[in-house]
Amino acid sequence: MSLTTAHSVVAPSGTAKGIAGTIIVAYALISIVPLLWIFATSFKTPPDSIAYPPKIVFQPSIEGYCNLFTTRTRQTPEYINSLGPATGFCDETVRKRNMVIAGPSNFLPRFVNSLIIAFGSTFCAVFLGTLSAYGFSRFKVPLADDLLFFILSTRFMPPIAVAIPIYLMYRELGLSDTALGMILLYTAVNVSLAVWLLKGFIDEIPREYEEAAMIDGYTRLQAFWRTVLPQATTGIAATAIFCLIFAWNEYAFAALLTSGTAQTAPPFIPTIIGEGGQDWPAVAAGTTIFLVPILVFTILLRKQLLRGITFGAVRK
Amino acid sequence: MAEIRVQHLRKAFGDFVAVQDSSFVVEDGEFFVMLGPSGCGKTTTLRMIAGLELPTGGQILLGGEDVTMRRARERDIAFVFQLFALYPHMNVRKNIGFPLLAQGMPSAEIRQRVEETAKLLRIDHLLNKSVSGLAGGDRQRVALGRAIVRRPKCFLMDEPLGTLDTEFRDLMVHELRELHNRIHATTVYVTHDQMEAMSMADKIAVMNHGVIEQFGTPREIYDRPATMFVADFIGSPPMNFLGFGGGLAKGAREIVVQGAKVAVPEVREDIAPADMALGIRPEHIRFDDASKLRGAIYGTEYLGTTQIVAVETADGIIKARVPAEIRLAAGDHVGLTLSSARLSLFEKGSGRAVRTAIHDTVSQGRAQHG
Repeated sequence: MSLTTAHSVVAPSGTAKGIAGTIIVAYALISIVPLLWIFATSFKTPPDSIAYPPKIVFQPSIEGYCNLFTTRTRQTPEYINSLGPATGFCDETVRKRNMVIAGPSNFLPRFVNSLIIAFGSTFCAVFLGTLSAYGFSRFKVPLADDLLFFILSTRFMPPIAVAIPIYLMYRELGLSDTALGMILLYTAVNVSLAVWLLKGFIDEIPREYEEAAMIDGYTRLQAFWRTVLPQATTGIAATAIFCLIFAWNEYAFAALLTSGTAQTAPPFIPTIIGEGGQDWPAVAAGTTIFLVPILVFTILLRKQLLRGITFGAVRK
Repeated sequence: MAEIRVQHLRKAFGDFVAVQDSSFVVEDGEFFVMLGPSGCGKTTTLRMIAGLELPTGGQILLGGEDVTMRRARERDIAFVFQLFALYPHMNVRKNIGFPLLAQGMPSAEIRQRVEETAKLLRIDHLLNKSVSGLAGGDRQRVALGRAIVRRPKCFLMDEPLGTLDTEFRDLMVHELRELHNRIHATTVYVTHDQMEAMSMADKIAVMNHGVIEQFGTPREIYDRPATMFVADFIGSPPMNFLGFGGGLAKGAREIVVQGAKVAVPEVREDIAPADMALGIRPEHIRFDDASKLRGAIYGTEYLGTTQIVAVETADGIIKARVPAEIRLAAGDHVGLTLSSARLSLFEKGSGRAVRTAIHDTVSQGRAQHG
């Protein structure tokens, strides 16, 4: 008599795996097509970008990137011919369209603003969130449940609902159009999410770790730093990504509260369209570059995210 | 190393009193076990000694110094947790050296001390391994290593063998006691397992509902239980109780149970008429057809060298431990003879043991309630 069975009870069958695989691949394709489209458009010439039917195969050009990083002025061919030889690829491309490079565009400073504001606010939200989550998790905080509910309740309405009061407040406080103001604002929005997410992660870490460290001669803060934090990295990484994605993509507040020195990339990118015709390749180039930091950050933290919460040394 | 003196210790969580007026002394170098069912307050007491909980009242003296309100890190004690609490992000070497790092010890010295400790526990070959891959017994040894590496004033252990497999557990009981014999560290050990307590302890405190029911050597606790709770909690199967009525007079040497006269150790105090209980360990019962105390065999449990026989008497089932050779069948009527010198008498109302001749040699067998 053979003990082998026709199918395993726990492992999915080949057909089930096939169906699941197909669904996932289809979903992944649907998700990635818009991104590929933007990526492709960023390397098209302006005529190619508006060609109908759309060109799948085209001659790649970095004109979009040139236009993104520069401001240009239209000149007569006579004037352009009177100039010396072109100094670079961008210069050459631009001259073919009867234009000359007048100077750098605002994209780079806006992009740097985005980096400072998004990473700054993410750091603040995660830092404050970790400490308060630890406090809520380990200490008897008076009215802890009400406080946690209050913290969560700040997310009940869309943040933009309070845009006008915040605009007026910021104007009075001199925080309008400053990186500090935007960092404070995004931190305030994200900290509630951070506290709730991190409290869940920290609750999972047994208290014995800190207690052992405190008995062994460490202060509570040292014990937190050396035993709790290393084990909360998974949660911290996940929280940081959520906070960063919000702060990085936020448009409404940025459009309302920043206009010049502290303007971030999201409200800036649409303004590219207005500069000298509908320059879709430049917009697509801006968007492509805009996607890079979040992609890099997610890939860097991927290991932490996937590792899952395992506390190997504690027997459950 | 130091003695631990606990005086009138009390801990309340809101309305719930976890520990009531506990007092005991753990002498320098002693292996002291707190034994009791879960929720009896033994772990809370341990955590108060460690400084992880602050008492509601009372005092804790460590080597003569009042540490009641001191922080855990200022007490110079080591704690072995039930779940070991080995840091998963550090290897074995770093785990053991972690307490030394807090003292700012130079790394060369830490290395040397960690290696000495690992040798003592026979885990020196594991030093560079990750703790998450270790077997239960080895994790236990690493946790012990982290405790002894600092040479603290005393060790506190909270059910450290509670989750080990039976075979590991027996091995570790032996190893722990052997380790204690070598380093003579004052140890407070919390467990709900009477076998661990009996085989390792110099002194045992049996706790129930936050109260220390009895404090004494394993032998005193087994032979002269101070309360019916202790008599029932210790021993497998536990002590049998046979009810009887009437008072006791000082000097009495005989009582009447179920119409049969039973000789008991000489009573040392007068007891007003009340519901009483006679306590008999299973191994102090023999079968004797001449006895007037009778019952019917209800069932037997064969254990190899002995067997546990359940006998149905007029006052419920009592269990006897008799040699395995005796052939018995369910339903047989037997007479029971009790070893008079080893019997205990209790007041049923309070559960308290009546003072008799068996207490004559006792110096500190009773609970020190305040």
